[in-house]
Amino acid sequence: MADTPASDIAVSLRDLTKRFGDFVAVNGVTLDVPKGEVFGFLGPNGAGKSTTIRMLCGILPPTSGTGTVAGFDIVSQSEQIKSNIGYMSQKFSLYEDLTVEENIDFYSGIYRIEAGKKQQRKEWVIEMAGLTDKRQARTATLSGGWKQRLALGCAILHEPPIIFLDEPTSGVDPISRRSFWELIYRLAGEGATVFVTTHYMEEAECCDRLGFIFGGELIALGAPTELKKLFPAEIVEVRCERPFDAMGRLESLPGVHHAALFGAGLHLVVENARETIPRVLETIADSAPRAEQITPSLEDLFVSLLEQKSKVA
Amino acid sequence: MKLRRVSAIAKKEFLHVIRDWRSLGIGIAIPIVMLFLFGYALTLDVDRVPLIVWDQSSTPASRALISGFTGSRYFSLVGYARSYPEIVRAIDSRDAQIALVVPVDFAAKIAGGRPVAVQAILDGSDSNVATFSLGYAEAVTRTYRDGVTIAAMKRSGLAPPRVGIELKPRVWFNSDMESRNYIFPGLIAIIMMVIAALLTSLTFAREWEVGTMEQLIATPVTGGELILGKLLPYFAIGMFDLMLSVLVGEVFFSIPLRGAVWMVFAASAIFMAGALSLGMLISIVTKSQFLASQIALVVTMLPAFLLSGFIFPIANMPFPIQLFTYVFTARYFVTLLRGIYLKGLGIKLLMGDALLLALFAVAVITLSHVKFRKKIE
Repeated sequence: MADTPASDIAVSLRDLTKRFGDFVAVNGVTLDVPKGEVFGFLGPNGAGKSTTIRMLCGILPPTSGTGTVAGFDIVSQSEQIKSNIGYMSQKFSLYEDLTVEENIDFYSGIYRIEAGKKQQRKEWVIEMAGLTDKRQARTATLSGGWKQRLALGCAILHEPPIIFLDEPTSGVDPISRRSFWELIYRLAGEGATVFVTTHYMEEAECCDRLGFIFGGELIALGAPTELKKLFPAEIVEVRCERPFDAMGRLESLPGVHHAALFGAGLHLVVENARETIPRVLETIADSAPRAEQITPSLEDLFVSLLEQKSKVA
Repeated sequence: MKLRRVSAIAKKEFLHVIRDWRSLGIGIAIPIVMLFLFGYALTLDVDRVPLIVWDQSSTPASRALISGFTGSRYFSLVGYARSYPEIVRAIDSRDAQIALVVPVDFAAKIAGGRPVAVQAILDGSDSNVATFSLGYAEAVTRTYRDGVTIAAMKRSGLAPPRVGIELKPRVWFNSDMESRNYIFPGLIAIIMMVIAALLTSLTFAREWEVGTMEQLIATPVTGGELILGKLLPYFAIGMFDLMLSVLVGEVFFSIPLRGAVWMVFAASAIFMAGALSLGMLISIVTKSQFLASQIALVVTMLPAFLLSGFIFPIANMPFPIQLFTYVFTARYFVTLLRGIYLKGLGIKLLMGDALLLALFAVAVITLSHVKFRKKIE
């Protein structure tokens, strides 16, 4: 990122830190997100994702470190940032007792959308959220997926260049989740930078680049394919009849670091897949097993990263 | 300060109120209930005190004395007793609050021109009623005694005494001494205070609790726009309640309004601004609906009732507490409304209190603006 000109950077953080009393929620995060990127911020609950995003939106002052969003300083120019971003918080941000149209009209007033554009933007949100025949419905009566798209629509009525989404798809059914991501791509395709937090691995795969945060620290950063190359070992997928019983035996084999249940089978983290596979088949010969080397998934990577981290700690 | 944003917030806030029956209840139903409840039930006038009589004398003379009591609007005869236990029973059961015992030798002593004692037994558990009825009873007895004396003098050919000091009372502002006329303007003040602070105490806290505030503070909206936008709809409700109160006073209770109606509204507008902002300030500081409404009740309802002079005269309070009453705006507003309603005072005399109210409103709005930060924590 070092050679990217500053004007192409949408979000830039240097040693960003947030403490709540003795608790360090975000610890020295340094990061650049170029314009037009879909950047995924991945990590378990409590890792510091929301805290970081709140600091970027200018609603939570950092303890130390600096950051700019759209070229504005997150501490001294937080109000300028607020005109240039769309933020969708983890809690639903809509007024449940207001109708779909009333919610849109409210944010339209807050963002002072020009009179000439107001109607067009409203129609855009309603169409995008698929709420054409629910314009007059109270927001409380809408299902999660609809609320989500409406909340996103309200947050980006003013067509901000940078969009922050804090776990936008938590608690939403898979089909709504997919259409929500299609929407994210559409916005990115139109030139917006999207900064999204998630703890779903399959969503993380959809991002241009990922930052993995754990215990307040950024422990990995890169495109999903690059990150997978960081994986320090190889993975063997084993399919057998009683994977749970086999797990202990397989873990004690030489060259096997770790075994974990994965779907209907087992994933073994091994030194060398080619050497290990025959030994595996020998060990559980009784149940006609299959074993093959696979590319590590993001989940494999993050589990191993987490284990490294906790060993260090 | 952008008007577009203020009006968007005001409109949204108005929709919240009309869609939430609890807010509507606080805003519209409670004032109506309070007006009628207090208007009809809250009277400090003591009349028709239940009276029981033990007439041991049973003579024309004793009956003349008793008719002096029963003919007065201050007493209402509930029965005759024939023994002390009966009197005790009547007072214990609160059937009677005063008992009159006329002795056997009443007529004889009167006729003989000798002094005679008539006993009055009072229920002191309600000291207010006891004090008033004692005064009435003394007055009735004195009238009877004077009548007897004058008749006796006439009979013996003497002229009634000419010299005598007589007090000629002339009561200003509330010539019928109706306590309702005095209470009603205060009641308007109480209603304004309570609903104003209660309604607005919920607004900011609700947005923090629901999570919509986090969204709002990430937009370019300013604290001033939020505060003003949220004040406007509640101000309108307050003015509507005021109109309702003035009408009820006029139509149902015939409360005399001697001053100008516009002055009632002007004074209330200034007071409303302060009371609404106080609720808002509490909401901003606590960020919790429950806590905010409790605090709003304690800092508005109680002082408005007890320390405003609404019922309990400030002049009768111990000095330190009198000083304390100056802190609460309800005091000034009650004085203002009584001045306009009963005395028909002009602007000059009311300006001081009105200025204090305005000062308070400005101070609280400023403080709300300072206390509201577009940050989490």
